[in-house]
Amino acid sequence: MRLPRPLHPGAWWVWALGLATAASRTTNPVLLLLVGAAVAYVVAARRAEAPWARGFKVYVCLGLVVIAVRVAFRMLLDGQYGEHTLFTLPELPLPEAAAGIRIGGPVSLEGVLAAAYDGLRLAILLLCVGAANVLANPKRLLKAMPAALHEVGVAVTIALSVAPQLVESGQRVRAARRLRGQAGRRFRAFREIALPVMTDALDRSLLLAAAMDSRGYGRTAAVPRRTRLLTGALLLGGLMSICIGTYGLLDSTAPRSLGVPMLLGGVAFGWAGVVLSGRRVVRSRYRPDPWGTPEWAVAGVGLLVAAVMITVSTVDPADLYPSLQPLRWPTLPILPAVAISLGTLPAWLAPPVRLPVNPARTPVRPPVEQPA
Amino acid sequence: MIRFEHVTITYPDASEPTLRDVDLTIAEGELCVVVGRTGAGKSTFLGAINGLVPHFTGGHLAGRVVVDGRDTRTHPPRELADVVGMVGQDPLAGFVTDTVEEELAYAMEQLAVRGPVMRKRVEETLDLLGIAELRHRALATLSGGQQQRVAIGSVLTPHPRVLVLDEPTSALDPTAAEDVLAAVSRLVHDLGITVVMAEHRLERVVHHADQVVLLEGDGSAVRSAPGLVLADSELAPPVVRLGRLAGWDPLPLSVRDARREAGPLRVQLASCHPLPEVPSVGAPLLVATNLVVRYGDLLALRDVDLEVPAGQVLAVMGRNGSGKSSLLWALHPAGRRQGGSVTVEGQEPAEVSPVPVGLVPQTPSDLLYLATVAEECGQADRETGQPAGTCRALLNRLVPDLPPDQHPRDLSEGQRLALVLAVQLTGAPPLVLLDEPTRGLDHLAKERLTVVLGELAAAGRAVIVATHDVEFVARTAHRVLVLADGEVVADGPTAEVVVSSPAFAPQVAKVLHPDRWLTVDEIAAALDGAGASR
Repeated sequence: MRLPRPLHPGAWWVWALGLATAASRTTNPVLLLLVGAAVAYVVAARRAEAPWARGFKVYVCLGLVVIAVRVAFRMLLDGQYGEHTLFTLPELPLPEAAAGIRIGGPVSLEGVLAAAYDGLRLAILLLCVGAANVLANPKRLLKAMPAALHEVGVAVTIALSVAPQLVESGQRVRAARRLRGQAGRRFRAFREIALPVMTDALDRSLLLAAAMDSRGYGRTAAVPRRTRLLTGALLLGGLMSICIGTYGLLDSTAPRSLGVPMLLGGVAFGWAGVVLSGRRVVRSRYRPDPWGTPEWAVAGVGLLVAAVMITVSTVDPADLYPSLQPLRWPTLPILPAVAISLGTLPAWLAPPVRLPVNPARTPVRPPVEQPA
Repeated sequence: MIRFEHVTITYPDASEPTLRDVDLTIAEGELCVVVGRTGAGKSTFLGAINGLVPHFTGGHLAGRVVVDGRDTRTHPPRELADVVGMVGQDPLAGFVTDTVEEELAYAMEQLAVRGPVMRKRVEETLDLLGIAELRHRALATLSGGQQQRVAIGSVLTPHPRVLVLDEPTSALDPTAAEDVLAAVSRLVHDLGITVVMAEHRLERVVHHADQVVLLEGDGSAVRSAPGLVLADSELAPPVVRLGRLAGWDPLPLSVRDARREAGPLRVQLASCHPLPEVPSVGAPLLVATNLVVRYGDLLALRDVDLEVPAGQVLAVMGRNGSGKSSLLWALHPAGRRQGGSVTVEGQEPAEVSPVPVGLVPQTPSDLLYLATVAEECGQADRETGQPAGTCRALLNRLVPDLPPDQHPRDLSEGQRLALVLAVQLTGAPPLVLLDEPTRGLDHLAKERLTVVLGELAAAGRAVIVATHDVEFVARTAHRVLVLADGEVVADGPTAEVVVSSPAFAPQVAKVLHPDRWLTVDEIAAALDGAGASR
């Protein structure tokens, strides 16, 4: 029997980003809806009972809004794109200078479909990221960061917990302010609330800093001077190479050798620097999430789906981008469809979040004998 | 274990050192209670033990503090984390993670303790403090006593030799405070941990203590056995003062010791009766009926009825979360209530201006936002439409000679409470409400508050105080209302309600149970009266 345990958050993220990459390679609505269905199925099967796991609906709504906005703007601004006119909106007359821009006018089926496909793709990308957020505890992901980024992780964790505290002390101060009557005007009211809330937040952060210091936060190991210098040089060099590489990649007039090689070199240097500077931090992890077979499997599925879609899109992209001129029904290409369906495998590959309840096996209490 | 060698600590911008030439040793396995008035340097003394003073707070330390052979001059707090566990006053403010288990592991992670060892120690600590069933709970959802125990557990996991606690029970109801102190006392007995603890409410801790460090207020510190220090100190808890009055030797430190000595005193008191303290009850000033307060699906007050006559001080007691604050806020028009009606002197308070209710909230500083005491007073006068100087005059009666140009944040707890009370009294409200006013007050400030509340009641006002402090209630309140789960479970004269309750009985009542005596002053007056009439 497989025992329930949370999957490593990294594995969920690799899987979700893999599916997102796949979705970004197509505008075929059938394939996109298939990706969405796969993601939703896995979320339904492997979601934990936790506060961060309740937000999937929000991402679905957000996706629908994205599609609606996209289509609405397309209708309003550039409706006439093909020959199948659906209806005509009243047109806003614009001066000569704005030639090429049109507001209102006829709306074509092709234009609406193009906008809907595009919006759907964006919505599915959102859904993939949302699924990762829902399936993996964001704080555990921070815990799994390399040692050198430990301080950053702690800062983010604390910042996350500050927001609800600020809300709470804001509510308290507002209630207290009502005790003194509603004398203040708008600006004064802001000052009357903001000042006590800020001092409260400052006090708390000082207390927290003192508590962390007394509990050993920030203990560092002695690192020889040469290693420190090397770390600095590696990090700085890596960062500069990444900047130059990005510039080379984006500017088409730059020499070829500036692009990809510089970028890769920069990443390598930077990574070495991060690993080396991690030696300074001496700490251990309480119950770290293991990276075992299920993690490899889940992450592998994500990578596989992405790889198939990238390959198909370079070899035979025709079915991935359904034709709008002439207008055709989208088809269902077999290979991508199978690959995306494989994306639902984590619903079985990942360990369950809780033990299955089997009502038939519930032990029955032996009947109590009635005294005669 | 802890050695202070001629330690003098001076904060920057301070003209006088906070601690002056402190020279003492605290031995291994001792439970040592640090006592002294507000501002006498208790927190400074505690902070010096793990190096927070002066590494974190700034200031100058002369002499040296050595803990388990490590000098705090060369070891900052983080290098002492495996020797000294430090728990601050507000446990929630010191939590770094979200759940109980992770919080317990945090300090060990920083010290790079190996994984299997961490697992084992977390389990041991959960059992030691009796919080095993809370292991997966979010820290913010725990009650005050549970949070305090988790905070203690979170510094215990690296197996420190010294535990430093700054007022561990100040926010807790009597039962939760007992739980925490029992856990601490168990650590001392079973694990031989040295505990240094600051506490205002000596009656709660002094019978656990092996040694007392008394900070005199002029910077000097004396360490000696509890009986010796308390024999002639004004800080003594009621049971010690009772012993002094009755001439018991040695002085009892616990209720149990005192009960054994109390036989003759009982006989002596048998002929006297506690003074009938309940003032003549007039027409009710406050009438509240069917009060209902809910937060989401949590019912904080369930159909509470309440009548308070003018001239009465009513204490509202009950465990943390029983609805005390909700009741006070429901009586104020600015607070929330979902049902019921409130009238003060026959009128709906929301329709009267200025509002006939003054409420001092649990965190008084929430009300203060101006830069000086004088500005706050002027603002209060304007808000209530009173002639200028009204608030200042009230403040002068509560705390004379408070410098008008001082920033409200620099005041002591007692002074700040007085300032907020004066602000709330400016409109001369007939009904005065105070939410946990004794938190952080030393005994002198508390006595002062008792006098002030008595004066307010004598002037024909009704006063309602929500509090955990049983000794304060015994001295101050005419009547006690006990809330549990949003309902009134007891309501009556202080002596009646309090004497029969195991949690809310003051020490004197416990010693002389089942006779109805509440305070040492009462007994002294009765004995005087009996002597005079003979």
